[in-house]
Amino acid sequence: MMAAISEHQTVDLREPSGWRRTKNQIATVGMWIAFVVMLVPLGFVLVTVIAKGASAITWQFLTNTTIPVNVLPVTFGGIGAAIVGTLETTGFAALIAIPLGVLGGIYINEYGGNHVLARVINFFADVMTGVPSIIMGLFIFTIWVLHFGYSGLAGSFALACLMLPIIIRSTYEMLRLVPDSLREGSYALGATKARVTVTVVLPAAIGGIVSGALLAVARAAGETAPLIFTILTTQSLNSNLFSGANTALPLLIFQNAQQPYTGAQARAWGAALTLIAIAFILMIIARLVTARFARYAR
Amino acid sequence: MEQPGQQEQTVTAKLQVPETTATPAGYAPTAADKIFDAKNVSIYYGSFRAVTDVSISIYEHEITAFIGPSGCGKTTVLRTLNRMNDLIPSARVEGDIHYRGASLYSKGVSPTAVRRRIGMVFQKPNPFPKSIYENVAYGPRINGIRGKKRLDEIVERSLRQAALWDEVKDRLNKSGLGLSGGQAQRLCIARTLAVEPDVVLMDEPCSALDPIATGRIEDLMQEIKSQYTIVIVTHNMQQATRVSDRTAFFSVLRDEKPGKSDTRTGVLVEYGATQQIFEDPHDSRTQAYVTGRIG
Repeated sequence: MMAAISEHQTVDLREPSGWRRTKNQIATVGMWIAFVVMLVPLGFVLVTVIAKGASAITWQFLTNTTIPVNVLPVTFGGIGAAIVGTLETTGFAALIAIPLGVLGGIYINEYGGNHVLARVINFFADVMTGVPSIIMGLFIFTIWVLHFGYSGLAGSFALACLMLPIIIRSTYEMLRLVPDSLREGSYALGATKARVTVTVVLPAAIGGIVSGALLAVARAAGETAPLIFTILTTQSLNSNLFSGANTALPLLIFQNAQQPYTGAQARAWGAALTLIAIAFILMIIARLVTARFARYAR
Repeated sequence: MEQPGQQEQTVTAKLQVPETTATPAGYAPTAADKIFDAKNVSIYYGSFRAVTDVSISIYEHEITAFIGPSGCGKTTVLRTLNRMNDLIPSARVEGDIHYRGASLYSKGVSPTAVRRRIGMVFQKPNPFPKSIYENVAYGPRINGIRGKKRLDEIVERSLRQAALWDEVKDRLNKSGLGLSGGQAQRLCIARTLAVEPDVVLMDEPCSALDPIATGRIEDLMQEIKSQYTIVIVTHNMQQATRVSDRTAFFSVLRDEKPGKSDTRTGVLVEYGATQQIFEDPHDSRTQAYVTGRIG
């Protein structure tokens, strides 16, 4: 039997050796190296922040709303004021930017077509994504703060400026992925354009839109530069978003990390860990929302 | 363009009253039974003339098949019948298409209102990423039908009409995307029937399906024909002979004029009772096509 087979030349189905195989191996190894190299800084950041910040986290640290002077050790006061400030400013910024950004994305992809306005919005969204965040702060400083003074609201405006282009772009990209055959299916049943958009296109893309929006929120929550010129900073709680200086976690980190005092540094690490935790929670919410909406996608 | 175009006119069949077995005995369509009446319709995409000078009448409660080689404009003509081509920005229609006496392309006609009466099933099954129930209830909902009981009835009736009810009745709240190709296409048919359209346009509805699924959809077409008028585009000539009462054969004309980038255009070569088209075609091109010598 064996002899019979070997009489005919058996087909060799193995990957042929040679340059093609070598290229494959090089690419595979290169990919793994890139993966590990990418994990190193990510891992270091997380490990360092947890190692240095975890010890500062206590219930009092999170809830006490008086930020102590820099020289005091971390056991005094807490960062509650900064947490409230961050949630307030970022939350209100999201309230402004998400509806505007999603509507903008819908306009560009569903209604704009080749219209000049759509192309202009698209172009400026691109440009704005690349504008340094401090410029957003300066912009709000000149048009708002100079007239109405520092406030959490001004910070929200600056953060909204930052989030808007990201949300427009991500919404647009998600809507582009919705196949035209779905739109046609809806039109063929006598749906108007608004109906098609609201009842077919948006539900099909909502998972991606929500996670894009929450990514923008998380990014804005970590911004320092736009806040420096807009909410200034305070040491105590200011729950009124609309007037008076406020503070936020990135600002608190920025100030305390510069100090020579161990208390201030510990406070900065603790605040950094808190900020990462907030971003992490947002990401989890994004995942849950995406999964919820993806129920009917295969 | 002029010369072959002229020739075309003469061979383009003036519609004859059919004396074939394809239509019920003693049934002779009159002008009143005309659902669509198209006169000298040309369709352009930008400067490209996709279809030239098509005149055709389509009759109520019949199945009309459009056959012809690729690129001959069958789908384009079908899509102008419910103004689906409005969705393509560069598309333009010349000539006259009347639907039950009303001009489809005159000012003030709402494409939405047109499409509520003239539904469409597409080549590739395109269920919405919603549950099976919501897929079928979608059309009635956008047409303002509310109330769970009424919607339940419509969903069941439509799924039964589409011969899908028994397969999905226990999983109505499961995703419509989880169905097989044939089931998904029947779901799309159910979705179309749920709005009780006057006409159902089908654009190669079976091209992605196996013969068994195709057979089910053909049976289904025969069953619903008494209530609806069906126009079907098909590449499958056997399908046209099996299901249709009338057949329109489209072909491609080439413009020999130099200096034009795309010189092809679709024309209607012959239109008549299906039996006549396949057994006794008047035009030599029809004969060549249906006997399999070209195309």
